[in-house]
Amino acid sequence: MIESERHVLVIFPHPDDEAFGVSGTIATLIKNGTPVTYACLTLGQMGRNLGNPPFATRETLPLIRKKELQDAAAAMGIKDLRMLGFHDKTVEFEDEEKLADLFSEMIAELNPSLVITFYPGYSVHPDHEATGRAVIRSIGRLDKSVRPKVHCVAFSNNCEEELGKPDIVHDISAVAEQKLATMRAHRSQTALFMEDMENRAAAKDPETLDRLHFERFWTYQWND
Amino acid sequence: MQPIEKQKVQELLKQFVNQDLYIHLETTNGAYATHRDASFFNAGAFIRNAKIRYEIGTIAGDGPFRVGLKMDSGWVYGEGLTHFELDEKGRLLMAGLDHQGRLAIAFELSKTPFE
Ligand SMILES: [Zn+2]
Repeated sequence: MIESERHVLVIFPHPDDEAFGVSGTIATLIKNGTPVTYACLTLGQMGRNLGNPPFATRETLPLIRKKELQDAAAAMGIKDLRMLGFHDKTVEFEDEEKLADLFSEMIAELNPSLVITFYPGYSVHPDHEATGRAVIRSIGRLDKSVRPKVHCVAFSNNCEEELGKPDIVHDISAVAEQKLATMRAHRSQTALFMEDMENRAAAKDPETLDRLHFERFWTYQWND
Repeated sequence: MQPIEKQKVQELLKQFVNQDLYIHLETTNGAYATHRDASFFNAGAFIRNAKIRYEIGTIAGDGPFRVGLKMDSGWVYGEGLTHFELDEKGRLLMAGLDHQGRLAIAFELSKTPFE
């Protein structure tokens, strides 16, 4: 059961970060009337998949991925997609305080009851880590009593060992088609394995179905 | 992009000689290499829109190829290059794609800054 929220703010650095672990949750929230804003920091311009044989170049990839991100947002029903204009793989080199200011402004504007981002320390890619850190920093500035909930995505090899099992598990099987459409929208990055994945899903491979139908989050644990 | 034709790329490198240019040079194993294999040592570099001017530009090897640029007081080179394109903006885009088609190196020259 996914609770309705006042407003949900999703903050990730890369187009497609939302697709695998969060798109079903987003689609469900929107279907149930919760407004969702998706702030995506970069255009994933450093992505390594250019198609095989290549249909993109280093220089055309950002525009291709921008269109894919817009298509993915449409597949989930997102009306408020914000592309923040950062450069892929450089987020950790930005001024974290200023990045947090940007998120604080967004939180003040939207007043979300839930923020979804990466769990700092457990999300592998330096951009994921830097984004999660700055989001936590911005929310940590608020008084405990008015902080939105923070649901984090984590997938480092040690995440369950250190954080325990995810405390939030969403069954999103009702919107599995929308989730598939979101993944498909990120063609340049997913085309290579989508067919294989859909075949496995059709053959009812338990691991594939589990990944398609369940999305898992850790509630951020504040120290104060 | 198309597979590198050595002669064509050599001619293009010659056309860019002794001009003020912008370079994009990047090598990468992807940010997840060590996540997938803890024994893998990940290293890479990225530079975009550095100004450069070279007097000799050479492509070498039999594929994957190497490209070296000799400057007034230094060198730039890249290896593992497999594909190229002279795009509609007149930029020389070269890339090395691994066996799965993923980018491992990008080496690009332009007369105007990359966006
Ligand atoms: Zn990512």
